[in-house]
Amino acid sequence: MKVIIIDDEPLARSIVKEYLQKHTALEIVQECNDGFEGVKAIQQHQPDLIFLDIQMPKINGFEMLELIEQPPAVIFTTAFDEYAIKAFDAHAVDYLLKPFNQERFDKAIQKLREQTNSEKANEELLETASQSPSQNHRIVVKTGSKIKIIPVQDVHYLEAADDYVKIFTQEGHFLKNKTMNHFEKVLDGAVFVRSHRSYIVNVQQITRIDPYEKENYVAILRSGAKVPISRAGYVKLRSILGL
Amino acid sequence: MATSPFSVIRFRIIFGISWLIVIADFALLLKWFGLSWREAIIDSLVSNTILILACLLVMNTLRFYTPRRERYLNILVWCIVLTGIWLLLSRWILLLLLNDMEGYTSFMKFSVPVRGSIGFLLIGIMTMISVVWYNWEEQKENEGRKRDAEKLAKDAELFKLRQQLQPHFLFNSLNSINALIGTRPEEARKMIQQLSDFLRGTLKKEEQQWVSLKEELQYLQLYLDIEKVRFGNRLSAEIESDEKALELKLPALLLQPIVENAIKFGLYDTTGETRISIKVSSEENKLVIQVKNPFDPETSSPKQGTGFGLSSVQRRLYLLFARADLLNTEANENIFTTTVKIPQVSNA
Repeated sequence: MKVIIIDDEPLARSIVKEYLQKHTALEIVQECNDGFEGVKAIQQHQPDLIFLDIQMPKINGFEMLELIEQPPAVIFTTAFDEYAIKAFDAHAVDYLLKPFNQERFDKAIQKLREQTNSEKANEELLETASQSPSQNHRIVVKTGSKIKIIPVQDVHYLEAADDYVKIFTQEGHFLKNKTMNHFEKVLDGAVFVRSHRSYIVNVQQITRIDPYEKENYVAILRSGAKVPISRAGYVKLRSILGL
Repeated sequence: MATSPFSVIRFRIIFGISWLIVIADFALLLKWFGLSWREAIIDSLVSNTILILACLLVMNTLRFYTPRRERYLNILVWCIVLTGIWLLLSRWILLLLLNDMEGYTSFMKFSVPVRGSIGFLLIGIMTMISVVWYNWEEQKENEGRKRDAEKLAKDAELFKLRQQLQPHFLFNSLNSINALIGTRPEEARKMIQQLSDFLRGTLKKEEQQWVSLKEELQYLQLYLDIEKVRFGNRLSAEIESDEKALELKLPALLLQPIVENAIKFGLYDTTGETRISIKVSSEENKLVIQVKNPFDPETSSPKQGTGFGLSSVQRRLYLLFARADLLNTEANENIFTTTVKIPQVSNA
């Protein structure tokens, strides 16, 4: 089995390495300093298991997982307190609270062996992970081989596109494999309004609202883009803009 | 409960002298109305002694019962009733003592309205003085209580703000030590020592609010050494200070959260090396601390990035100096600068 360790602290990686020594079936193929390296290494090696820290530079462990299409089994290693990590309890293979000992570590490996149907668990893990606190102030997307972090205030509007959501910004649009409902839930409702079944608009970008055909409206953004507004959306927008 | 005005010696003297004057004046007045010296003095002594007792009764009652503003009418009624009782009582005793004197009985009858007026006036004045005194006492007490409550709340909040040691830091440090034990036990031992000294510093500083910069920098160095072990080559820090600034004072445990914030901001917002620079200087009776860290302007708006520990620093400075302008942050290209100015309090 191939293993990748992702943690920004060298000593934290070395303790995992040390505990892994007796598990000869597990082979460390790479160690990574941060989520960027992690994404690359996972694509390259297709590991069976990753040890993942949560608090890391640039993008955290949850955000990194979002960028991987078919994540491997995950064991979190973190100093997060138990309460904060409980939400992920059911979905990760296991989580190790730093500092942990060999015995606890072995138990996590044991759990991995017993785990079946890991694909479903991973899906749930991703859904839970996407509700991590950082989600409401930035969105991490992948464009080709590059990772882009978009601060939410830079988002003009979002548009549904089949299984994806198109995120429009100054620099063009980015695709993210999520639903409109997901974004409506995580984004700040006072700024991002579901103006239409297929659109969420950043109200700070709106310069004016024009009537459009009968009983419909359209929002004109600073960038010149036009975002459709449904009747229900118009009611919501009016209350938020205080009209 | 309010203290009686009699607890003030000066008041006791004034009270005593005033009553001697009233007794003498009363006696002279009676003599002028045609009573003999004997009659005048006995009358004055008896009347006024009972009057004193009535006044003392009023003062003592008001000590336990301070009327609300709308109840002042009750006091007026009280004074009238008390005056009546005083009149009856003094008349009864005087007639008993002086009934052999010719004409005294008729004089007594004739003088009742005047006596009543004087008695009412004196009781009224004493009541007014008492009400004012006790109101003032109560107000003073309320203010004192309010001040105490505010001070307690402030102390508790300051204590809490000083105490905000990040559990993350502790657990991650312990994890590093755990890793070192297997491979480099000597370094593990050293780090345990540093961590202990650091924690002891937090405990010790609970009591003293102000420390010298020199002391605080030693404490900060411990923190930096621990963080350097954790993050290895990714983290470097330099401290620059002038001799004069070293003796200046600052609130305990204020510097470390600022540096901690800079380290976190630097380490978690960039993937490269994080270089923290700390510069301290003195300026117009102020200690100026400047902490710089790198950040990525593309991914974090500096406003959000200041989050972490700085709000508690800001709050502490406000509680200590009642000023909101002592903490400033500035983002310049890819360097984020936090500047804190600490006024030097002479009696600190």
